[in-house]
Amino acid sequence: MSRTVTETPTTAQAKTPRDVIYRHRLSTRLWHWTNVVTLVIMLMSGLMIFNAHPRLYWGQYGANPDYAWLQIGSDEGEGYLRIGSATVETTGVLGVWRDGEGELRSRAFPSWATLPSGYNLALARQWHLTFAWVFAVGIFLYLLRSIWNRHLSRDLLPTRAEATPRHVWKDVLDHLRLRFPKGEAATRYNVLQKFTYLAVLLVLIPGMVLTGLTMSPNLNASATILLDLFGGRQSARSLHFIFAFGLVLFIVIHLVMVILAGPLNEVRSMITGHFRLPREKDQ
Amino acid sequence: MTRITRRGLVAGLGYTAIAGTTGLLAASPEARATILQGGEALSYRTHRLIGRDALVREYSEADMSPDFRTNGNTMPQDDAYQRHLDNGFADWALQVDGLVANPQAFPLDRLRSMPSRTQITRHDCVEGWSAIGKWTGVPLSAVLEAVTPMPAARYVVLHCADSFGLAPYYESIDFVDAYHPQTMLAYGMNDGPLPVGHGAPIRLRVERQLGYKHAKFVMRLELVESLSAIGRGKGGFWEDNSGYEWYAGI
Repeated sequence: MSRTVTETPTTAQAKTPRDVIYRHRLSTRLWHWTNVVTLVIMLMSGLMIFNAHPRLYWGQYGANPDYAWLQIGSDEGEGYLRIGSATVETTGVLGVWRDGEGELRSRAFPSWATLPSGYNLALARQWHLTFAWVFAVGIFLYLLRSIWNRHLSRDLLPTRAEATPRHVWKDVLDHLRLRFPKGEAATRYNVLQKFTYLAVLLVLIPGMVLTGLTMSPNLNASATILLDLFGGRQSARSLHFIFAFGLVLFIVIHLVMVILAGPLNEVRSMITGHFRLPREKDQ
Repeated sequence: MTRITRRGLVAGLGYTAIAGTTGLLAASPEARATILQGGEALSYRTHRLIGRDALVREYSEADMSPDFRTNGNTMPQDDAYQRHLDNGFADWALQVDGLVANPQAFPLDRLRSMPSRTQITRHDCVEGWSAIGKWTGVPLSAVLEAVTPMPAARYVVLHCADSFGLAPYYESIDFVDAYHPQTMLAYGMNDGPLPVGHGAPIRLRVERQLGYKHAKFVMRLELVESLSAIGRGKGGFWEDNSGYEWYAGI
């Protein structure tokens, strides 16, 4: 499957202005950097909120006497993560850990991962519920803008040819071999990128917002449909953490790809919008 | 060129706003407090704008939690409360005063003889757990109508028999929630009298807010225009002492 290069670009060609393209619109760039700040705050304050009741349930209700499908706890000084009937020992990381002063603590997530770092549910909720507005309004405006300027339909929706299993499989193999598109091909998102960004934009982030709203007792009254959509308040809480885990996974892969693809060029393009196309042939 | 300049200006302003807000959050405790209190104000106003009268879902008996846990104070240490508990709340009466035309005391029998309501609803603790139980009581609106609130009254303050250390428990709600059809002073739970652990003889059910608003062991209602003179002025025990939001609808 080696790419046949029919014409090797000369140095002069590679430096023509055509090699620098305008890749990211202003709305994308502003939303991206707003999310960098907002997501760090949301994820870290979310972990603090989880520490207040480190158990997840399915259904309408769930409290200490009820079966928790996931639990982070400690038993005789040993931390554990329990999912269903499987238990993993997590001493030092989850359940039992040492804080900045070397004190042994038995909360679910360690202080370095939470906002604020000490146990403070009231303050964590203030961070979380204030920046939830930024997060929710942000995805709403971005989706509207992306439909309006056809970012969604033109750049993100896969074409018929791209969506075939054969094409997707080829793209998976290319990724596994760390073979990234060069030249003209790099002006478009590849199909895996398209699928990933669509999943984040249309499933994970709206999912975070809607499951979050489902945990509001007042919105349960004025938007009862949310309870049915997610199968109850405790199911919505479980899904909220599952979606958050999905977002963390996305961020990790996203950062790895940025580093592999050339971090300076990628970060610059997300600030100025201008992206230098990778050359057809590596130097 | 004009277009590029305008775009550049928007980008510059946008990046400055993002960097500026982040800087303020990190560097200035005053700015941080102001920004962080914005969320509660926005949520409260939005919730009051949409569905002021919307009812929470009521469940069936099959949906009820087999074991409804108790938490917070489950046995007030107050001497007067202990005496009431010993004689089955026979001499107990709910005082209702403040900005009302007709202050009154409501013995338990009188509350029980007033119009009643039974509802199976979900209780959501601020920590994250939920339990479903059946509550029977008198709608708070019926009690308020009996005492005729003055026009200046804006909040109902609930003074309770329990305390954490020296600070007595209290809570407060606005009139939108106070007159909501599902807001009640419950004297019964799961077809029996309200157990002590759940707030006997009466507790508040304010179904569109989190658990800490549902004051237990309620002894007195006070109607006020402002919350500033009660406790430390933030409208409730947890609000005063731990920084929880007064509006707990989210």
